[in-house]
Amino acid sequence: MAGSVLLTNIEVPGIRDFAVYRAHGGYQAVEKALRSMTPSDVSAEVTRSGLRGRGGAGFPTGLKWSFLDKRSDKPRYLVCNADESEPGTFKDRYLMQHLPHRLIEGLIISAYALGAGTCYIYIRGEFKYLVGILEKAINETHRNGFLGSDILGSGFSLNIFVHPGAGAYICGEETALLESLEGKRGNPRIKPPFPAFRGLYGCPTVVNNVETLAAVGPIISMGGDAYARIGKGRSTGTKLISACGNINKPGVYEIEMGLPVEEFIYGDRYCGGIRNGKYLKAVIPGGSSVPILPADLILSTAKGEPRLMTYESLAEGDFATGSMLGSGGFIVFDEDACIVRNTWNLTRFYRHESCGQCSPCREGTAWMEKILYRIEHGGGTLKDIDLLVRIARNIEGNTICPLGDAAAWPVASAIRHFRQEFEEHVTDPGKCRNQRTN
Amino acid sequence: MEGTHKISHPQFVREGKQFSFSAATMLKVRQLIARYPQGRQKSALLPVLHIAQEESGGSLTVDIMDYVADLLGLQPIEVYETATFYSMFYLEKTGKYVIEVCRTGPCSIVGGDQIRQYLREVLEIGPGETTPDGLFTLREVECLGSCGTGPVMQVNTRFFENLTPRRVDQILEELREYANKNNPDDIRWQDQFC
Ligand SMILES: Cc1cc2nc3c(=O)[nH]c(=O)nc-3n(C[C@H](O)[C@H](O)[C@H](O)COP(=O)(O)O)c2cc1C
Ligand code: SF4
Ligand code: FES
Repeated sequence: MAGSVLLTNIEVPGIRDFAVYRAHGGYQAVEKALRSMTPSDVSAEVTRSGLRGRGGAGFPTGLKWSFLDKRSDKPRYLVCNADESEPGTFKDRYLMQHLPHRLIEGLIISAYALGAGTCYIYIRGEFKYLVGILEKAINETHRNGFLGSDILGSGFSLNIFVHPGAGAYICGEETALLESLEGKRGNPRIKPPFPAFRGLYGCPTVVNNVETLAAVGPIISMGGDAYARIGKGRSTGTKLISACGNINKPGVYEIEMGLPVEEFIYGDRYCGGIRNGKYLKAVIPGGSSVPILPADLILSTAKGEPRLMTYESLAEGDFATGSMLGSGGFIVFDEDACIVRNTWNLTRFYRHESCGQCSPCREGTAWMEKILYRIEHGGGTLKDIDLLVRIARNIEGNTICPLGDAAAWPVASAIRHFRQEFEEHVTDPGKCRNQRTN
Repeated sequence: MEGTHKISHPQFVREGKQFSFSAATMLKVRQLIARYPQGRQKSALLPVLHIAQEESGGSLTVDIMDYVADLLGLQPIEVYETATFYSMFYLEKTGKYVIEVCRTGPCSIVGGDQIRQYLREVLEIGPGETTPDGLFTLREVECLGSCGTGPVMQVNTRFFENLTPRRVDQILEELREYANKNNPDDIRWQDQFC
């Protein structure tokens, strides 16, 4: 089952072309939905499938769709979040590059379910080469009658447009994305109101991740119940995991949820073990924003059970001993990696990407970066370590958008699990081979 | 130096040159605007700024931004405040090839730091600077969404992955050759691999 829901037929030569995709069963899900199902039937299937948002938060997609303001007579929008900028995450790019029609098929069915007549794919500006691929696929789909007005004689009309960003991680946050799509700075909005009520141009809007929307086609084809039987518990279906770092086989893998983490890291079908026969030191399992876990805690939970690739298992033990599945950006560190250096590096990322609207995030990330720089370069004190913990705690939960939390968690978790390494960088600078002491 | 808090204030450049889109580009721009609802033409700002930057040879001057403001019926300040938010809009003159090398964690742990250092050495410039011959601008940027094939850099819009110093040498050599041909079509040397 693994590897055969979202990425089915990815190996077929020419699958990027409409004709080839169609010849391999493509757009049959659209036909099924538009010819034999009402929009609420489609939503009900998605709810039954148990599909959860693949952008990071794991919020149930069916439930999110049900919030869409039904009393409003304004136009509705579907926005596909293809901003993919979370360090360690490169799965949406892979999907769009190789299987653009899987996404477009999902967009058509989702927009039908939501009653949206326009869909924008907001793609990060750096992926400019994908814009051509997506637009070509959209045009082909249009020519073949699956987009435009009165699709398949159903009375449903849809246009899809690709909209490039211009370099800003924060525009992946859904309300910043909407601001950016309106031509403004990517400053997240205060919620509520949520996009379901006041989204793009103040109209009811659903924002979903690329992978989430791409899963809708297969769900309609196989039925929500069948999809829900894949995976484990409330983590239904398959998930794309982008694996990187010190492993033998970095890349994008479609796994059935529930796969043991150990098998994912060491199995030949997946990461193939740690590079150069080194030891596993730590993993950030869900993109740079989620807590880092040391080897023992990523392989098994604090209770001693094998850790599984599910939303629940990766979060088992909460932040004391657990982490999150997040976006599926799986970053592996071997024994030589320096946790202090990496924490400083990631904090610099968040400082750079903070939009600057809230003081705890704007000032806190800059302050943490400065302290981490000091520690990494041999000028830190033991008090600095506690200060970092305090700053992180004061950022968390006190900001407009979750970027503040995303900046606080990596620091707090690195100190929680690797405090000794931070202390050594203070007391014995130069011991760490990676440490810079200039 | 890394870690020091040098806040760079973009210096707006005013060249005093009249900027305008060609008729062909104007058609493209009109089509872009039509993708958004009536009265929401501001939504076309990012895509139009991308085009303007490309057509002007790689950066946005005040004159260009004023022109775009006029075109979209916006106040100039609306264009400035948006343009300054995004890292892909260059407000200072750039070299013919803008090299953006990733500095974020996942690349960093697979040799990215060495590649960044190597680029500084062979180009003899620091991040944010342009070589005296006007060929290369070096920028160190955050995660490019290519972490499984790091270290990675983008030259204009093209990705180069799994970098080694040798590979960097080859790429720079290739770019210099391209530039030598002096073909005006090569100004914004585009991706050809997809
Ligand atoms: C700082 C920040 C960055 C984000 N970046 C992305 C992103 O690049 N792609 C994405 O799909 N979601 C991203 N998200 C999550 C979105 O806000 C939103 O939850 C998601 O697009 C919803 O889609 P889903 O329910 O299908 O996951 C980000 C959130 C935050 C706070
Ligand atoms: S938390 Fe940070 S990124 Fe989010 S709105 Fe506040 S300042 Fe901006
Ligand atoms: S960290 Fe370099 S591309 Fe993601």
